[in-house]
Order: sequence, then structure tokens, then C-alpha cells
Amino acid sequence: MSATGIGAAVRRKEDHRFITGKGHYTDDINRPGQTYAFFVRSPHAHATIKSIDSKAAAASPGVVAVLTGAELAADKIGNLICGWMIHSKDGSRMKMTPHPALAHGKACHVGDAVAVVIAETLAQARDAAEKLKIDYAVLPAVADLATAQKPGTAQIHEVAPNNTIYQWHIGDPKGAEAAFKSAKHITKLDIVNNRLVPNPMEPRSALAEYDAGSDQLTLWNTSQNPHVARLVISAFVGMTPEHKLRVIAPDVGGGFGSKIFIYPEEVVALWASRRVGRPVKWTSDRSEAFLADAHGRDHITHAEMAFDADGKILGLRAKTIANIGAYMSTFSSAIPTYMYATLLSGQYAIPQIYSEVDAVYTNTVPVDAYRGAGRPEASFVVERLIEVGARELGQDPADLRRKNFVRAFPHQTPVIMAYDAGDYDASLKKAMELADYKGIAKRKREAARRGKLRGIGISAYIEACGIAPSQAVGSLGGGVGLWESAEVRVNPTGSVEILTGSHSHGQGHETTFAQLVSDRLGLPIENISIVHGDTDKVQFGMGTYGSRSGPVGMSAIVKALDKIEAKAKKVAAFVLEAAEGDIEFKDGKFTVAGTDESAAWGDIALNAYIAHKFTGQQLEPGLKEGAFYDPTNFTFPSGVHICELEVDPETGNTEIVAWTAVDDFGVLINPMIVEGQVHGGIAQGVGQALCEGAVYDKDGQLVTGSFMDYAMPRADYFPTIKVDTTMTKCPSNPLGIKGCGEAGAIAAPSAVINAITDAIGTEAVAMPATPQAVWAALQRSGRATPHAA
Amino acid sequence: MAAVSLTVNGKSVTADVDPRTLLVQLLRENLRLTGTHVGCDTSQCGACVVHINGKAVKSCTVLALQLDGADVLTIEGLAPADGPLHPMQEAFRENHGLQCGYCTPGMIMTAVDMVRRKGHELDDHTIREELEGNLCRCTGYHNIVKAIAAGARAMKGTGTAKAAE
Repeated sequence: MSATGIGAAVRRKEDHRFITGKGHYTDDINRPGQTYAFFVRSPHAHATIKSIDSKAAAASPGVVAVLTGAELAADKIGNLICGWMIHSKDGSRMKMTPHPALAHGKACHVGDAVAVVIAETLAQARDAAEKLKIDYAVLPAVADLATAQKPGTAQIHEVAPNNTIYQWHIGDPKGAEAAFKSAKHITKLDIVNNRLVPNPMEPRSALAEYDAGSDQLTLWNTSQNPHVARLVISAFVGMTPEHKLRVIAPDVGGGFGSKIFIYPEEVVALWASRRVGRPVKWTSDRSEAFLADAHGRDHITHAEMAFDADGKILGLRAKTIANIGAYMSTFSSAIPTYMYATLLSGQYAIPQIYSEVDAVYTNTVPVDAYRGAGRPEASFVVERLIEVGARELGQDPADLRRKNFVRAFPHQTPVIMAYDAGDYDASLKKAMELADYKGIAKRKREAARRGKLRGIGISAYIEACGIAPSQAVGSLGGGVGLWESAEVRVNPTGSVEILTGSHSHGQGHETTFAQLVSDRLGLPIENISIVHGDTDKVQFGMGTYGSRSGPVGMSAIVKALDKIEAKAKKVAAFVLEAAEGDIEFKDGKFTVAGTDESAAWGDIALNAYIAHKFTGQQLEPGLKEGAFYDPTNFTFPSGVHICELEVDPETGNTEIVAWTAVDDFGVLINPMIVEGQVHGGIAQGVGQALCEGAVYDKDGQLVTGSFMDYAMPRADYFPTIKVDTTMTKCPSNPLGIKGCGEAGAIAAPSAVINAITDAIGTEAVAMPATPQAVWAALQRSGRATPHAA
Repeated sequence: MAAVSLTVNGKSVTADVDPRTLLVQLLRENLRLTGTHVGCDTSQCGACVVHINGKAVKSCTVLALQLDGADVLTIEGLAPADGPLHPMQEAFRENHGLQCGYCTPGMIMTAVDMVRRKGHELDDHTIREELEGNLCRCTGYHNIVKAIAAGARAMKGTGTAKAAE
């Protein structure tokens, strides 16, 4: 392994600009003549917009324009779309309602954008917005997911009776029924997977500029996938033809899914910039982000697991109601279906699985992918069922898991996925050793002497990453192909530029992608640059989400590098006056086999461009190759996380005292970056388990609308995290990598709740397990006093 | 509009600002010092931390006009433009204490102030408690805590902070 190759903990190339304050985030960019947009948002969850009087606002100092849904419709700007078609079990199509970028006719959630004020300064736009008179007729709101489908509940969209978008299912209901009939024991759980607000630290931002001379629009925005944004905004919203729109996603300050989607604000910024003939900038406030960024999770599930007398799992059933919010966001339909129920087999050989999912509209912010996206919800169902099942059966939770692990690969689950590789025993064994699982009884006794309730919780998760063969995605209703592209440009001096369709917003691609190239071409990492996030530079790409940049994005680079090496060998053959088949390439050097004749990488690069050693008829000059890589399968990262914690029965406060993570991500490119991804994922998962939760009141007002009310995990929530790995190579991509971005967020919630319920001796704790919730559970269960185990 | 004169990263600055202008707006919009970030509107996140007269302050909580005659240091001024990185900056890079980089300037400015107040030997517990006012969504804080401990030690004897003794 070289110092900068695959497997090395290379310090990040991108860091210098971030630690010196020289990053280029969207809001850092300013254009000459720039104006500022301020959105006026509905204060009501559900209301008819009777009239908008913008006279006073338009006359306010500095105002350039006041625009509403009426102007948007008049200019024939189309609606935002959801790009994944889900069919109900009766064969009908999902009930998608139009989602205009500015509400027209009625507002459907608090924060729905109703008008925009464009002014010379942001302060002037805000001042003018105060003068906008909007007459609303308030309608009854649907805020409660559990009752949203009940007859008599308010109807949000005509197209969706009972607010139901689809009633989807997967698996064999009869087979599952038979499995449950034959069961010796059935474990049943009612689970609420709490609603989360993604909250990347950089709020969303959009800066749009129209060049009348070329009829060209440029959009700088906080996007995880600028090409998809361009495609949707041109082809579906109809803003302008695709080749007339350039989308640039510069440095992006975290995404976690929430910056995948195409949002109203970027559409409006583009449209407004063309209308007013000047650049328009919008940057979200944090409070605005709570009301305008897609939220995550928000499921209600009844789940059952059937066991035989021996503790073997016979079947799993789950009925889930998933909140989609007021409109269907870009990928919202796929998250509670194909990203969720296809993972309900966990790490276990389960012969029968049947899941039904109802997706429903409510008068809340749209819900879409958030780190893990469906897989944390699935893992929580499986890992809570098996944990509670073990307790009910009187078996050790680790033993029961082991009894049911998949051990033969490939393994076809009853819910589409075909697991390709894994060693679940290895991760469990290592995690139990590192966590000193055996010593827990002693530690519980010691804690009890201090008046604390100590608990331990295992989470053995699996996820499906890489997303995934385009054909498979298409057959499941996906509207896009999910390959990735790469272009390798070798300059005449031998330095290399990699253009990738992936996008980095914290993942460190400038380093890891360069490591791959350094490894392959034997070049110093300084001589390699990674270009991403600009549709004028990179031809097309699908962006970054679902832990796909490693397995899919880097595989595309490998494919392009294969072509580069083949072409470079042809050049070398001319330079070294040898047969092409005799040229060997290793460590940045071309050698004629069996001789000491050689040429350096730089010589061959230069010769490819000066083209003095061959004619144009013999070989095309230049050294530049592109590739599109379409995966052959999803990848299946897996692992075991063990959480150990103490509950103070007096206050209900939970303190995590130890965390062990053992993950199998396949081959690691940069273990330092992988560890960082695991840490961050765990923090978000612990946040979900202990403190985060978006709360709406009965009228659809978001009660948790700022960092004062929505509890973000802080540094003192966590102990030092032990991170380790096991490794089975992923057989479905050339690098053997599986992806690591979401693992922690998938693993953590069930590890925490399994540990809390172990500590307090009752299963009746919902997420977030705040001190109040834990204390109340203890009072209900009558177990408020610690006992020596 | 009203005039305010202050020192920013060692340079004298005079600006004519709307009285409601916050320090962070003055820095980002007037002076184009965009390394100081805005991550919230309730003074919770700490992405905007700068030093005012040597102390860490959230620049979203201070009006520019309050700072007449003040000495402000931002992330851009922490290390000399052509010189080596500040030890705390170097520690963040070395310990992978950042991912998306958005919270990083505020974290580093907070950390340098932490060393000034708490000294060079900072244990995990102290660092985690002291980070109460800084949010990070990427790192789970783990490597930030490591970076601050390492940076604090590296600052010893470099004259980059005076320990509170």
C-alpha cells in the first residue's frame, strides 16, 4: 500500500480551504447587480388563499418585484414532481398532486411559499414582506398521521381520497399467514419512527442569474445532485431547455439527503432572475429551513415476528403508515417502500415476509430521504422485534441473532434483495469482545450500587447501498437510471483531472477519489484534481446519496482509468518502439516486458498530445476517456453496534457510557474518512433515539421550529466511540467496496432503545427517549428503583 | 446609515451600515470575509464565532455599531496569510475534525478561546462541555474533541494563546 493509495489514512486535500475560511459555499458567492429574495410563507397549515394585495409591498423602498403563484402560473412555470412511481396493491398509480413552486389557490402546510419579494437588500425585502396583505380562509388541518386516513378527516388534495397516496405491499401474504399460524411464539410491537429535521449546518441557498444575451440561466445552489436538478427544472418544470441551464453546486455544507430534492426556492430564484433581469439570491434562515427543507422518517408501524420452538424466525409482518407531508417531494414515494420494506429481512434468514405500506398526505412539510432513508426505519423494526423476541423467549439477544443469521451467499430474501456477501458472525463476535459483552452483569450491579440502571443494546443492521442497477430501479418505478459517470483527463504534463458525476458535501471525495487514481497510476496525489458539481464541466451525473459515490461513482472512475491505461499503452508502444502487447504498466512506469526499456507516465502523457511518434491514422492523439458505470447489484454493508448506557431513575436521564461499532464496508479506501462517516452517522442515530423529534400540534403548527426547540445532539451526548471493521469484499463492483455513509444512522437508534429498555425493564419507550419519556415509562412500569441484576 | 470604525484581522475598517446590521453581516457582506458562517438564527450553532477583543463571541448576536474601536479576529486572520497554519487549524486537519467544513471556522475560533481560558491540557469532558454552543452535524464531535485536545497541546509555547492561570 502506498502512502496515498487505497487503504491509506490520507489527510484530506479539501481541508485547507475550510480551516482557513476560504471555502466557497453558495451564500459566499455574489454576482454584480444581485438582488435578494425573501419568501412569504403560509402561517396556516391548510388555508385557501382568497386574495393577495401586494400594492404596499411593491411600493416599499428597494423593492424590485413582488411575485405570487398567479404570475408563476401565467408564465407557465410547471410543477415540482416526484420521480418514482409507486403502484398500489390494486394496481392503481400513486395519487400525486401538483406542487407549484408558489402556492396558488391554497396553502397546504405552515411554511408553504405563497409569495416572494425581490429587493435591493435582504432587509428591504423583509420589510416589504411585512406589508404584503394575504387574505386566508383557514381550513381544518390534518396533522396527525394515525388518523389522517379516517373518514371524516379533512381532505387535503382532491386527487387522494382519505389522504391516501398509495396502499402498497411486498411479499407473500398467504405464505406469511401460514408461517404465523405455525409459530410457537409471536412477538408484536407498535413502533413510532419519529419525524426528524435533517438540519445540515449550511442552510439551503440559491443564486440565479439570467444572461439575456445568450438566453442562459445559471443556478448556484446547495445541491447533492446538480445534474438531476438541471434535468428536473428543465424537463419537468419547463424553466428553460436543459442546454440553456447551468447548475453549479459549489462547496455544500452537509446534505444528509435533504439537498437531493428539487425545491420551490431554486425554481423561483431562476424564474425571478429572468423576470427582473438581475441575479436573485435566496438563503434560508434556520427557522425557515425547519419549515421548508424536507423532513425525514415519520412512520407508524405495527410489526410482528414469528418464531418456532427453537427460536428460529419463521416470518415477519409489518403494516406501516408513512407520512409524506403536504406534497410529494422528489423521491418521497420510494423511501417508505423500496428503500424500507426490502430491508425487513435484516441479517436473518426469514422465510416469509409481508409488509403493507400506506403513504398519506398531511398538512406538514414534505417528507423524503434523510440519512439512511427507509433503512433506519426497517432496521429499527427488525432489531427491536428480535431483541424483544429474545427477552420474551428468555434467550440471550446475541444468541438469538446468531441462531438466525444468513450464512450462505448469495442469499435471496423474500423481499427482492439478494445479499451478495457478508460475515455477520464475525462482526457480532468482534463487537461483543470489544464491548466486553460478557462483563455486563457485573457492570449492571456496580451501576445499581450507584443508583443507576445500566443497560446494553445490540443492533445488527444491514443496508442496501449504491442504488443500484438502473434496470432494476426502472422496473420498480424509478424515473431515472442510477449509474454514475466519470471522465479522466490527462494533461500533457501528466497531471490528471477527474470529472465525476458524484458530489461531495463533506464526504471527502477530493481525497478518496484522488487516492484511487494515485493508486492506479502511481502519481503523487497533488497531481490529481477532482472536479464535480458543475453541469458545464461534468457532462452528466446522478449525484451523491445512498452511500453510492464509493461503490458506483468510484467504479465509474475505475472503468475510465481502464480505458486510459489501454490508450496510454498504445502511445507507449509507439514511444518505446515495441508491440502493444509487450507494454506493461506499473507504479507510473511503462516497460517493455523482459527488457529495461521504459518510459515514465509524464513522457507518455506528453507524447499522447504532441503526437510525434505516431500518425493520426495509427492512433488518435490525446489522453482523455469517459465511462458510465451501472452497478450489477445493490451493495450490502452490515455490522453490529453495541450501546451501553445508564439511566438515572430519579430524572429519566440517559447517559451513553460506551459505544462499539464493528462494520463491514468491504474494502476501505481511506479508513480515517470511513471512521468519520461512522461517527457522524451514529450521532444522527443517537439524536433520533434520544433527543430529536419534530412535533406538530393539532392545528399543524410546527412546535419544534428552531434550535431552541428542536434538540440537536451536542458534543456532551457522546462517549468516545470505538470503531472497528470486519471485511468481506463486495463482489459486485471492481473495488470491492460497499459504502459507509449511512451505517451509523441505521444502526444507532435500535442499539440505544434496546439498551434503554434493557436498563429500565419495560419496552414501552418511544423515540426520542427524552428524560421525560424514560421517567414516565419507569413510573408506569413501577421499576423506578434500581435493583442489582 | 451610521459609521463604525473597528479593526478586523489587524486592518482598520470603516463602514457605513444600516443600524440593524449584525457583525456577521458586516463581515460577510461588507468585508467579504465569508469564512464566518451563519448556521442558525437563535444563537445556538456557533458557526459564526469570532474573537472580539480576544474573546470568542457569536457574531450573529452583536450589532456592528456596538463595535466601534473593537478588535475583531476572524478565521481568515487566525494565521498569517503567507505563514504556517495556526496549531488549532493544523490539529483539525490532522485529526479529521471536519467534514463539510461549515461549522469548522466557528469550532476553531471557539477552541482557541477555550485554550485561552482553560489551558493546554484539556480532557474530553471539559472539551465536550465547552462545545455546548457549537453544533456540528457531520462528525459526531468525536474527531473535533480529539482535534481540540491536540491543538491545545500544540499551542503550548507558540504564543498563540495565554492559558488562564
